[in-house]
Amino acid sequence: MTETKVFRIWIKSTPEKIWQAITDPEWNAKYGYAAPQYFELKKGGKYHSTATQGMKDYASANGFELPDPILDGEVLEAEAPRRLVQSWRMLMDPNTAAEGFTTLTYEIEDSAPGVCRVTITHDVTNAPAVATMVSGTTDAAAEGGGGWAWVLSDLKSLLETGKILADA
Amino acid sequence: MTDDDRVFKALADPSRRFLLDLLFARDGRTLTELESELEMTRFGVAKHLRVLEEAGLVVTRRSGREKLHFLNPVPIRQIHDRWIDKYTEHQITTLIDLKRTLEEES
Repeated sequence: MTETKVFRIWIKSTPEKIWQAITDPEWNAKYGYAAPQYFELKKGGKYHSTATQGMKDYASANGFELPDPILDGEVLEAEAPRRLVQSWRMLMDPNTAAEGFTTLTYEIEDSAPGVCRVTITHDVTNAPAVATMVSGTTDAAAEGGGGWAWVLSDLKSLLETGKILADA
Repeated sequence: MTDDDRVFKALADPSRRFLLDLLFARDGRTLTELESELEMTRFGVAKHLRVLEEAGLVVTRRSGREKLHFLNPVPIRQIHDRWIDKYTEHQITTLIDLKRTLEEES
């Protein structure tokens, strides 16, 4: 049986700005887990993300090694500024790494004038550890963090106010 | 109505909270599956689902001929950040202040 998690938010911004905030490492390192994510924006293009200094310090303080990259995958569809489909594998945790690639879809649609509807659909079929991780906890600072709901809230905050939630 | 108003209004009804709990337990269900869990007409359940969808708490997706309902946890996250965090932070600060005052006295 397929298992899908859906996360949706409304952001007062343009599709182009939202697309840039998701796909450009200069932007996607500013919010959420703040690890830069690199996309080759074409079908079959590579995707990866590298650990931040904070993540590396945390790992060495707790006596474990971080893989490099921490996330990898492939771009399956890239229709700027509307739709991005990719495979996604989280390598930082041995359980999620063992579950392999899942499919992640970003959709950016016009809602009211000046407002976009952003939807993340994560197909987590046969990946229960990934499902738990991306569903998040209410405490964003806790291990695993707030998942996609928190990442989207942070993205909204950054685009609408210029500040991430931690700075608010 | 603001987005917050819609979310609070949607959450104010026990049947709607029950529907969210059902989707939390297992996501991606059809109206037929959901209505079998409630002592309510199909029309009533559909109406509640529409309120939840308008508040952004439920997202629907077509899968072939079926319309599937998914829980969207993002508005609850936002309510948490906007309303809950602020007040629990205040409580913690108050406790820290109290601790400091008591320790300074002794």
